[in-house]
Amino acid sequence: MNTSEISDPFKKARIENGCGHIEDQNDPATMVLRLKDVRKCAHNWKTFQSGAEPGRIVIPSEVAIRTTRQIPFEVDPPEHKGYRDLVEPWFKRPLDPTYQEKLKVIIDTIIDEVLTKESIEVVGDLSLKLQSRALTLLLNTPFEESERWISWGTHVFRSEDSSLDGDKANILYDYIDEEIDKAIANPGCDLYSVLLASEVNGKKMTKEEVKGVMILTFAGGRDTVINALTNSVAYFAEHPESIQQIKENPEITGKAVEELIRYFSPLTQMGRVATQDATVCEHAVKADTRISLCWASANRDETVFENPNEVVLDRKLNPHIAFGFGTHNCLGATHARQIMNIFLTTIAQKVASIDILEAEENIEDLGDFKRKVGYDSLTVKFNAH
Amino acid sequence: MAKITFITSDNERIELEATSGSVMQLAVDNGVQGIDGDCGGVCSCATCHVHVLPEHVAKTGEASEIENDMLELDDNVSEYSRLCCQLEVSEALDGVVLQVAK
Ligand code: HEM
Ligand code: HEM
Ligand code: FES
Repeated sequence: MNTSEISDPFKKARIENGCGHIEDQNDPATMVLRLKDVRKCAHNWKTFQSGAEPGRIVIPSEVAIRTTRQIPFEVDPPEHKGYRDLVEPWFKRPLDPTYQEKLKVIIDTIIDEVLTKESIEVVGDLSLKLQSRALTLLLNTPFEESERWISWGTHVFRSEDSSLDGDKANILYDYIDEEIDKAIANPGCDLYSVLLASEVNGKKMTKEEVKGVMILTFAGGRDTVINALTNSVAYFAEHPESIQQIKENPEITGKAVEELIRYFSPLTQMGRVATQDATVCEHAVKADTRISLCWASANRDETVFENPNEVVLDRKLNPHIAFGFGTHNCLGATHARQIMNIFLTTIAQKVASIDILEAEENIEDLGDFKRKVGYDSLTVKFNAH
Repeated sequence: MAKITFITSDNERIELEATSGSVMQLAVDNGVQGIDGDCGGVCSCATCHVHVLPEHVAKTGEASEIENDMLELDDNVSEYSRLCCQLEVSEALDGVVLQVAK
């Protein structure tokens, strides 16, 4: 009964050292492992910047495969604020009840469908579909677009033999270029059109800037949501009592969402580049080298969380940073939280139990550490009430 | 029954009454501008930040260490800052006035 367990590989280093080390294409990074330190570094954007060379704050670095700056992700204050203020109201739309009703239809349909099958592969047949269809709501694009996104498979940026595949990433870039051109020719009410019609920091948004925002919504919201959903299915398969607990106490659903996201930490880490010599918990960080903010380690910090390695669905105080912290905290969090909330509610209503038939774990290789983030494939059977 | 007043950044005064639940939930249910309550009240998002008017601090009591650690790095923090998801509605809060931080 531990297929669904996500262990904490950082514990020893976090307690003894506070930092870890990761090699990456000759641009190593110091991994910051304690919650308070991660928060402090995330807060200190002057010393630890996001607006470095495009791709450099991502680990593994994407400097070699792209030049488009992701917006607002790779921009520092004060410019960051202009972009962020522009997109923030749009990304709060998931709070609207009509948005939630549409999302519920998407999720109901998928759960009803998987309940009729003898077995399903969760990553491809449930998580990717759900994530793609839900994204049409967030971007306010036609539902049918999701079929194309689903056809790309789970890894738009990755091929079988290489974790960074520039050619494959081009599928997404070319698609977004096309969609931007369409929106220029025929403006509508989708996010492309809204951005194209906007001004930021006193200047009209350029095509390149719009592209930077759109790529980010595809990239940042894809693997993260897919892992959150797939890992939830594995967790509920091994903890049918948790399905029952949510069914009987629907008021804990919001807390359960936060706790699962803390436990899974679908985004393991994100980097920053030091603008000057600095220290992080007594470790020297040289100017122009990288640190990583390790959200996944911070979320198991034993000085903050009681029983950090246990899923406590109704955990009351849960100051996790799975959605980041400070300036760049996750723009898609409102959408992701709504997806998870409705997903959990629907499972509690319709599903009695889930049997795991086969599981292929996805283990990230992080130098000193190996961390499970989810599954390459997870085959299960859903059982109705 | 406790009366709780919010003052938004547009200087709108919103007076609400409640008997239970968190102050954040009360604000969200009544659409108080600037209180989003993204994390549902588990002290993870800081989108429920308020400043307690100084003459009312005795009513709200002290923030926990976890709450203070969150607030410490908020841009707009003051000694009267609270995350209002951590304030439970009770008679003790009756008459409190909260300035919404955002
Ligand atoms: C469970 C799902 C998700 C998790 C765990 C997650 C996690 C994160 C984290 C940790 C950050 C901070 C990065 C940093 O500080 O450098 C972040 C930023 C961001 N995320 Fe998410 N994310 C999720 C879903 C989404 C979705 C669905 C979208 C959009 C479709 C999205 C879009 C973004 C964007 C645009 C940023 C950058 C914000 C900025 O720089 O101001 N994320 N996310
Ligand atoms: C143009 C922008 C981006 C590109 C080209 C890109 C590329 C990649 C690649 C190549 C991988 C696979 C790494 C490996 O297998 O070792 C990956 C994984 C991942 N990316 Fe991105 N990424 C982008 C932006 C983002 C952003 C902004 C976020 C979150 C805020 C994000 C979240 C993730 C996560 C969570 C994984 C791990 C998923 C898994 O292994 O299952 N990505 N990305
Ligand atoms: S509602 Fe998230 S910290 Fe108060």
